[in-house]
Amino acid sequence: MATQIPVDEMHDQIARVPRRLWLEVLHGWVTTVDHKKIGLMYIGYALFFLVIAGFEALLMRVQLAIPNNHFVSPEVFNGLFTMHGTTMVFFVGMPILFGFGNYLIPLMIGARDMAFPRLNAFSFWISAFGGLLLYFSYVGGSGLYGAGSAPDVGWFAYAPLTARVFSPGHSTDYWTIAILLSGIGSIGTALNIVATIICMRCPGMKMSRLPLLPWLYLVTSGLAFVAIGPLTAAQIMLMLDRYVGSHFFDTQAGGSAVLWMHFFWIFGHPEVYILVLPAFAFANEIIPVFSRKAIFGYPAMVAASVGIGFISLSVWAHHMFTVGLGPGGNTFFTLATMIISVPTGIKIFNWLATLWGGKIQFTASMMFAIGFLFQFLIAGLTGIMLSVAPFDWQLGNSYFVVAHFHYVLVGAILFMLFSAFYYWYPKMSGRMLSERLGKWHFWLFVIGFHLTFDLMHVPGLLGMPRRIYTYEADRGWMIWNVLISSGAIIQTVATLLFVYNMVWSYFKGPIAGPDPWDAWTLEWSVPSPPPSYNFAEIPTVASRRPLWDLKHPEDPDSDYEMEQGSPHETQKEGA
Amino acid sequence: MFASQGWCGFAVVILSAFVADPTNIFAPAGTPASSIFSLSMLVLGITAAIFLIVAGILAYVLVRYGSRASNGQGEQEPPQIYGSNQIELSWTVIPVLIVVMLFLATTRVIYTTEHAQRLANSLDVTVIGHQFWWEYRYPQMGVVTANELHVPVSDHAHPLPTYLTMSSADTDHSFWVPRLAGKMDLIPNKVNTMWIDPQTKGLYLGQCAQYCGVQHAKMLIRVYADTPQEFAAWVEHQQQPAVDDPAAAEGRDIFMHNACISCHTIRGTVATGRFGPDLTHVGGRDTIASGSVRNTSANLREFIDNPANFKPGALMPPMHLDAHDLDAVTAYLTTLK
Repeated sequence: MATQIPVDEMHDQIARVPRRLWLEVLHGWVTTVDHKKIGLMYIGYALFFLVIAGFEALLMRVQLAIPNNHFVSPEVFNGLFTMHGTTMVFFVGMPILFGFGNYLIPLMIGARDMAFPRLNAFSFWISAFGGLLLYFSYVGGSGLYGAGSAPDVGWFAYAPLTARVFSPGHSTDYWTIAILLSGIGSIGTALNIVATIICMRCPGMKMSRLPLLPWLYLVTSGLAFVAIGPLTAAQIMLMLDRYVGSHFFDTQAGGSAVLWMHFFWIFGHPEVYILVLPAFAFANEIIPVFSRKAIFGYPAMVAASVGIGFISLSVWAHHMFTVGLGPGGNTFFTLATMIISVPTGIKIFNWLATLWGGKIQFTASMMFAIGFLFQFLIAGLTGIMLSVAPFDWQLGNSYFVVAHFHYVLVGAILFMLFSAFYYWYPKMSGRMLSERLGKWHFWLFVIGFHLTFDLMHVPGLLGMPRRIYTYEADRGWMIWNVLISSGAIIQTVATLLFVYNMVWSYFKGPIAGPDPWDAWTLEWSVPSPPPSYNFAEIPTVASRRPLWDLKHPEDPDSDYEMEQGSPHETQKEGA
Repeated sequence: MFASQGWCGFAVVILSAFVADPTNIFAPAGTPASSIFSLSMLVLGITAAIFLIVAGILAYVLVRYGSRASNGQGEQEPPQIYGSNQIELSWTVIPVLIVVMLFLATTRVIYTTEHAQRLANSLDVTVIGHQFWWEYRYPQMGVVTANELHVPVSDHAHPLPTYLTMSSADTDHSFWVPRLAGKMDLIPNKVNTMWIDPQTKGLYLGQCAQYCGVQHAKMLIRVYADTPQEFAAWVEHQQQPAVDDPAAAEGRDIFMHNACISCHTIRGTVATGRFGPDLTHVGGRDTIASGSVRNTSANLREFIDNPANFKPGALMPPMHLDAHDLDAVTAYLTTLK
């Protein structure tokens, strides 16, 4: 029935292998098919690009701090925002979420590895190669034309700016191929995650007992399947336009610029949910543990996630309210976009209900999760504003939109990622992150975040469009931009503190033990870090929280789930 | 709806704190911008109310249920509550009702703006986006100009809207003058329309809002709303051929014997290019370089010498004229009032 916690001495013996040469270590990492090592490589690779793309953002903020600044040229600035956006979405967001998924899913469902370990390694390396290729454009972007140049078409690369007549050289090709490659990797990993969750669950783990993190990864991976196909198709059509003389997007020869927008956004909007659902997944694990309560409304949370997945496929043209869809199209996409706020609202309310009546522990991880909750609420509300098509005619492509999606990507996703680091770093490394540094990190980051992204809404309301390398002095935008830029510096300091914390704790942090948070899912039943085979003995589970059952044998969840035929405010007293 | 008016009032006070700016979306001066403004106040009211309620609950929960003492392993776990169908149903149904209400209000503004009855006396202007400037053509009047759009003032008693028919000569652009209307994209191979009706005389600023290439940032828009009399006078003046001032004959000859004519039009001369702005009455404009600098002799001279002085990335190449020729061409262009 209950899970065996393997505390074999075998693990200690395995941990005590003699020191190896660095070349052997490297060889081990390069050739590994272990989901945990691949997960860590994904995470490390994403953190590397996070630092690079964050630095690009910092350069842009310096340029925009004052009007008519000459810190960087327009060409460099346009390259910076293109690379920043592309990197953050494809080479930070996707890999870091896949990294956590890779690491955690087999452990949480009681499996020894992913369904296809070799595909897993292939997916990682092909994505990694894509990222390196993108940055190689800084060296080889202009090809025979001269020195290097980064792509400068914006991260959504609207046609016909990407045509050869407007983008000579090879920088756009590096962009296209990098995204093609990362797309192949993403589809491989998505397929792997779906197969793993469907086929590799341990005995007793019915889909109705699947922890919410794998549930949401199932939805996100399904979305990735559907969404990345059109993007890849569009990239191939673009390559054909550029080199074979086809005219899909070549407006000078009768092609359609709007066609590209449809292709891109039918990928691009689900992509937002591909990125945010894993953040929800972390919240679904972390908020209950630090509230010391079961998640409120598990079936509703699953239904809301699946609902978001489906609805998110029908909202893409809300990015296109100003391209002249006509009133019918604008009305439809307004409604579809507004509807998605309902399942999203259910999630927020269920998290609040999980906190309600709990014993909330303000660990660094929980503080970031609460920050996520608060900021995601605001991001959702500005999202409702943008879903109102006429309001979007004013707000679209302004700094208000930039503020809105950074609220989602930084305020929600990055905060939740930091929360996940504080929560699972002990599992991955065997050592705790410093809580003291973590709280400094939290408060600095919160201050910097709100200084930057709260105020960033304002210049948008005052008519400042995005993607301009400089602006006129008479528009009243300067004061806001100065403050926004200063917030960026505070966030940079906070992030460096986090990196320092990770390095310092790896060597000096307190030993974590298998279950430092007194948590309830299977990954906490194995040593930290887990052995390569994860479980000495495949566990059998009888509820959604197998370790709760183990720790509270007098009051197991399995009792509640048995009687779920009448689930009216089923309530149990604590141990 | 009535409850939200309180919020609207509150929001207006907050927002009017930064109203002095020339491109503020909350300082509407035309019908489309005004109807968006009213709708946005409703939306802001509703979202502010949701924010206060939900953030309030969050704050309450954190204070009420935050663990004060160290929460050791030995302590009791709180009661485990797994869910409640009634409560979950209520926070599904209430958002649905809000969505329905918002959707209906939105649909009305979409249709009144995009399906507005076209008035017989309305003015038509064709707007063509170029890297990185605006071409304005008045087909009813035979006027062609660039970067400074003149339209008549329209008031409720005598509505005189201007319909803009828009497309692009190269990449995507977007026409955005926040005080007059929401933005509309200019897309090659596609024709879009929008309308504006400035209610008070004056100058309205805006700029390109769709990334269109290197110099996207300085593709600025100036809309002059003139009284009907002023507008008629402006049109009549624009319809005249270019001034031929004998004093500037040398500059004119240099212009006509250089590459200038392959990109620029000066009506009544051999200059018939269409790649760059029409210069027939360039001397009468307030600004050059699509609104980025004042139209002074010194600025004009610097621009002709090398457009990248003001607009790096502009498609006009440096003209490589010597100082004397530069002076002469500048003098000629300033006579083209």
